[in-house]
Amino acid sequence: MERFDLGYMDKISTGNSPLHRLDPGAKVIATFVFIITVVSFDRYEISALTPFFLYPLFMAAIGNVPFGYILRKLLAVSPFAVFIGIFNPIIDRNILFYVGSLGISGGWVSFVSIFMRFILTVSASLLLVAVTGFNSICMTLEKYGMPRVFIVQLLFMYRYMFVLADESQKMVRARSVRSFASRPPGLIMFVPLAGQLLLRTLDRAECVYRAMVCRGFNGQVYPAKRPVSGQSGWFFAAAWIIFFVIFRIYNIPFLAGSVVMGVFK
Amino acid sequence: MSHHIVEATDLRYTYPDGTPGLEGVSFRITHGESVAIVGANGAGKSTLLLHLNGCILPVQGTISIGGTLVSRNTLGLVRRTVGMVFQNADDQLFMPTVFEDVAFGLRNMGIKESEIGHRVAEALNTVGAGHLAGRPPYKLSQGEKRLSAIATVLAMSPDILVMDEPSSSLDPKARSRLIELLKTFRHTKIFATHDLDLALDLCERTIVIHKGRVAADGGTGDIFNNTALLYESGLEKPLRMQKCPPLFDKL
Amino acid sequence: MHMADALISSTVGCAFLAASAGLIAYSCKKVNEKEDDRKIPLMGVLGAFIFSAQMLNFTIPATGSSGHLGGGMILSILLGPYAAFLVMASVLIVQALFFADGGLLSLGCNIFNLGFFPCFIAYPLIYRVIAGSRYEKWRITLGAVLAGIAALQLGAFSVVLQVLFSGISELPFKTFVLLMQPIHLGIGLVEGIVTSGVVLFVFNLRPELIDAGRESLAMNKINIKKVVLSLLLAAAVSGGVLSWFASRNPDGLEWSMFKTSGKEELESSEGVHKAMLSLQKKTVVLPDYGFKKAEQTQEESVEHKNAAKWPAVDAGISVSGLVGGSITLILAGITGWVLVKKRRI
Repeated sequence: MERFDLGYMDKISTGNSPLHRLDPGAKVIATFVFIITVVSFDRYEISALTPFFLYPLFMAAIGNVPFGYILRKLLAVSPFAVFIGIFNPIIDRNILFYVGSLGISGGWVSFVSIFMRFILTVSASLLLVAVTGFNSICMTLEKYGMPRVFIVQLLFMYRYMFVLADESQKMVRARSVRSFASRPPGLIMFVPLAGQLLLRTLDRAECVYRAMVCRGFNGQVYPAKRPVSGQSGWFFAAAWIIFFVIFRIYNIPFLAGSVVMGVFK
Repeated sequence: MSHHIVEATDLRYTYPDGTPGLEGVSFRITHGESVAIVGANGAGKSTLLLHLNGCILPVQGTISIGGTLVSRNTLGLVRRTVGMVFQNADDQLFMPTVFEDVAFGLRNMGIKESEIGHRVAEALNTVGAGHLAGRPPYKLSQGEKRLSAIATVLAMSPDILVMDEPSSSLDPKARSRLIELLKTFRHTKIFATHDLDLALDLCERTIVIHKGRVAADGGTGDIFNNTALLYESGLEKPLRMQKCPPLFDKL
Repeated sequence: MHMADALISSTVGCAFLAASAGLIAYSCKKVNEKEDDRKIPLMGVLGAFIFSAQMLNFTIPATGSSGHLGGGMILSILLGPYAAFLVMASVLIVQALFFADGGLLSLGCNIFNLGFFPCFIAYPLIYRVIAGSRYEKWRITLGAVLAGIAALQLGAFSVVLQVLFSGISELPFKTFVLLMQPIHLGIGLVEGIVTSGVVLFVFNLRPELIDAGRESLAMNKINIKKVVLSLLLAAAVSGGVLSWFASRNPDGLEWSMFKTSGKEELESSEGVHKAMLSLQKKTVVLPDYGFKKAEQTQEESVEHKNAAKWPAVDAGISVSGLVGGSITLILAGITGWVLVKKRRI
């Protein structure tokens, strides 16, 4: 299933929406500021977090990323956050306020906050890849100072990930077709499987090296074409950063809510 | 310059684990010749090929390319003259895009960045893969990968083109396209192949390797008509020569 | 265990990002020094291997649950610590980006937990010492198992500390530790066994590989101290700088309505920060002693946080907040829907 996902995400990332065409650096920075801002809220903050949902929604909509796909991914990784977060309501039982006659404890408030942060941060990072593409992100990292050796490592790894994933899936399939248990193999079976895969990997590395050397490789992997910085990219980043800062400082939903409540009184 | 003659003299090679690889191979290939190297699995074809550009250095004997002896010191020069396309295209396309792969060799040669775009386009267009430039390699079909791999080598303008199993894993159409393409190349061509019909189409000369030695070296048609020789070397006639009436044997 | 963004504070996240970035840069430098061209394709392909191998699940005997290979140890044995660290970092980055396995901000934490401990602590200090230059089966197995256990214990404890010092989760230290350490003991054991199994399998068939990892290791104890100290410095500096920003953060404006709580907020972040620093020192060198001090400082920090919270909480969390929040969510949803519709046209 994961292998299937890998290719799908890669496919989406080569799409052609206005967001895809934007400068990758701007997207990376905007997303990063987004995550830091969301995470910087106090643990009991809920209402102030709500405007931040606009960013992932915007990204998914303009970037033509299927909402269902993002939701499924969120669901798949939510157990960990829920598992840790669920301790909050158990431990923190101080009632913070009442809705009618129902007392809401601090624990539940912070749990909801955790969950909201989780949705926001995870969807933002998924969407970043979905509209930028892995190779562009690597190029951006290099532009901002990441050493060449590491960038090359990332690119090579990405290049061969799919190939090796296919090989390992084939091995798994071959094994399961000849075994009658439906569970994954025990340790005894796993070791030779992984060992075989490793040997093939090492052989492959040798072949790749040979091919590189035959084309004159001497230790240097030269830079690829840098993505061209467009002005619209920086406008995008600046606009969103201003949005994040404003909504971080001022709890606008709270203010709006007070106005509404004031009208009713 | 001796017009890029490939000369092997009593080449001998033993694998690290002791298995004998080549046991005295000698031949002389002149400029512009098209030679097929055939033999059973394990006969030593691939091992021989790897000697041609110094990926393996012989334990005994010599190999020279255009008069230059292949040794540790001459690898750079040899590899600019001999372009090698390996059997597994995935191992040769290791950059994020096909363009980058073709440009890789050029950059290593020190070609200026401004020239690179032009030369990459030229190489890709020669093999008919111009539209693949921006694509990531793992998304290509086997045929497209093979063509792209050839382009990566062609861009470096080698004088001698060596290919290990050029038609393996290709579907019939991709295979015909490849054969048509290779027919147009003026390089010296050396192919190690199981595809004897391809050898018939492309190579006027064939060297048969059997157990690390040269079992025969001559005109392709003659060799493929020699049933006894083929049988001893673990081979058979090309498909289109099998069950043919004697009249057509001279194909 | 991969950390999630939802559970860390920006201070902790950024501090560990800085630390990991520093480690990456240092490892790159070291790998470049070796000038071994072969490493470049090897590292890339091994990264892909770890990735694929992690998709090969296996059942853990006696528990029936499934586990998978971590990778730090195998990589260290094959590549040496610096290259192995880079490969682990690259695998974790891809996992974070594509599978949301760990967030972007917590990447620093994950790279540190799953990369630093196996490659720079467990491998040189445990595996190498035991398995060293004598390649006997039992040595490799023992070394791999002990190193695997150690690496995972340290990693798990690190997760606990990171969550603790972020202050988002209420999970108390004792409970968290009692949950994490035993589970990871089991995981570490299994990982060690699998690592040694695979390593022995490969060495049997390709004996020439045994030397490859060995010669790339030039580390001795002095270097480790250097690495650790520079890390602490980086973490301290970035943590200090960021908590300074946090205290100047406009958030303080809200709290300034309650002057006393404003002060307490500042103090608690410094106190937490100092505790974090001293705790890191202790856990890295003497894991056993970490527990006692941690309990004390944890109680302190909890007190501080609670004190700061009480008066301030009323401001944000109230019915008005809920109403406003709901309105905003609905608006956001409508906006998203409109944008999608517009795209279709």
